[in-house]
Amino acid sequence: MNKLIYLDNAATTKTAQEVVDAMLPYYTEQFGNPSSIYGIGAANKDVITKNRDIIAGSLGAKTNEIYFTAGGSEADNWALKATAEAYEKKGNHIITSKIEHHAILHSCQYLESKGFEVTYLDVDENGVVDIEELKASIRPTTILISIMFANNEIGTIQPIKEIGAIAHEHEILFHTDAVQAFAQVPINVDEYHIDMLSSSAHKLNGPKGIGFLYIRTGVKIRSFVHGGAQERKRRAGTENVPGIVGYGTAVARAMRTMEKRTAKEVELRDYLIERIENEIPYCRLNGHRTLRLPNNVNFSFQFVEGESMLINLDLKGICASSGSACTSGSLDPSHVLLAIGLPHEIAHGSLRLTLSEEITKEDLDYVVDQLKEIVALIRSMSPLYEDFLKKNK
Amino acid sequence: MYTEKVMDHFQHPRNVGEIENASGVGTVGNAKCGDIMRIYLDIDENQVIRDCKFKTFGCGAAIATSSMATELVKGKNIQDALEVTNKAVMEALDGLPPVKVHCSLLAEEAIHAALWDYAEKHDIKIEGLEKPKNDISEDEEDEDEY
Repeated sequence: MNKLIYLDNAATTKTAQEVVDAMLPYYTEQFGNPSSIYGIGAANKDVITKNRDIIAGSLGAKTNEIYFTAGGSEADNWALKATAEAYEKKGNHIITSKIEHHAILHSCQYLESKGFEVTYLDVDENGVVDIEELKASIRPTTILISIMFANNEIGTIQPIKEIGAIAHEHEILFHTDAVQAFAQVPINVDEYHIDMLSSSAHKLNGPKGIGFLYIRTGVKIRSFVHGGAQERKRRAGTENVPGIVGYGTAVARAMRTMEKRTAKEVELRDYLIERIENEIPYCRLNGHRTLRLPNNVNFSFQFVEGESMLINLDLKGICASSGSACTSGSLDPSHVLLAIGLPHEIAHGSLRLTLSEEITKEDLDYVVDQLKEIVALIRSMSPLYEDFLKKNK
Repeated sequence: MYTEKVMDHFQHPRNVGEIENASGVGTVGNAKCGDIMRIYLDIDENQVIRDCKFKTFGCGAAIATSSMATELVKGKNIQDALEVTNKAVMEALDGLPPVKVHCSLLAEEAIHAALWDYAEKHDIKIEGLEKPKNDISEDEEDEDEY
């Protein structure tokens, strides 16, 4: 058993060889500081602009609206904290959802401790935000709406266009965490009325440690890192040139392959969902069936605990993840699974499988075959299953 | 993250199953936290644990500690079985990650709950055994089929 089937691409992706090749010279030969005056330094300014341009173009944004950060979490933190501060005089109310990434939720909690008020919108059983509830939550003091483009756990894609239109109509800033969605679904910041957007390179076959925040021209936002004039004085620090080159290369690659890649992933995703639903009893698909990231599959298996499922899959060479408490170090299962209404014990038995372009149908057949055995084995040891069988005799 | 012993007991759990007409059964933990352990004891007339089986809903550590706990109490008389503490189970497994220590506590409690059940059924008192605090029963939460 040497083959590794990597189905955790929502956690991170393999850096594409093309990306690594593009980055390497910027460590060894073209290593200069872009702020320096001499050739090997100053030349990197143009390199950065070129890559910023590629990224801006992929979103329908302007080049100077892309601000590089150290990743998606930093972009989320920046978007929330620095706009809250900049718009404090206008109001102190922020609207977000209950299923955001912790980079958003914990930033909101921090802002609450500073006197801001936050509305956390509910989602329905598929993980979709209720537009009516959003409209009803808007106050004269609302300064920011932050709703993720697509959820990292259950893959549900939000009605971003509608949300953006509502924000625009009420002259409220709209931020979206697109860490999972960028390069998986087409995004245009003007069409969707997006004022700020967070992204991270390592989710799209780029390097780790680099992300960006798109900030629409005209949005007031405070500097998040002080100490230099980089990123139009808004984010100090010598630019991560290899990272930026890697990111630009990864985006160009992802845009080039998006249509074909996602079409193939959707087909495989639906094949995997169908096989699991048909062949493993007492399971539930989490997330929306069609408004869903092309590569996301998330199931709950009743009477099964997630971590033991993951270890068993790992022993068979399959990498996956779960929303069980035991995989997070806390006693509570994933807040996303609880928000879509799953009881605790069913949330503990969740399994997320996120595909990549490299995954084949044969891989998925192997995964389902193994998963069937693993779920049956764990159930045979489960007192909950024992009680269930006795009750239904 | 787990020791070889833990992985061994996780992959090849000893004493999985049920005992019909068991002398004592104890179930502890709750599904909310993600761990439930049920221990079945078959105790002979000399108060020696003749057989012990378990069923566990839980993580790798929960399954491994259940397996090890059943191994440790098997063949012991009920008084000695009380000495099988969570520390003893952990040591026998060459340790557990800090976040998993509660699993070993659950194993100790499950044995105590099964012994308590035995004592109640036979109307005896086991020296040093306190009423288990964490016994759950069928009335907890109904499992909905979907």
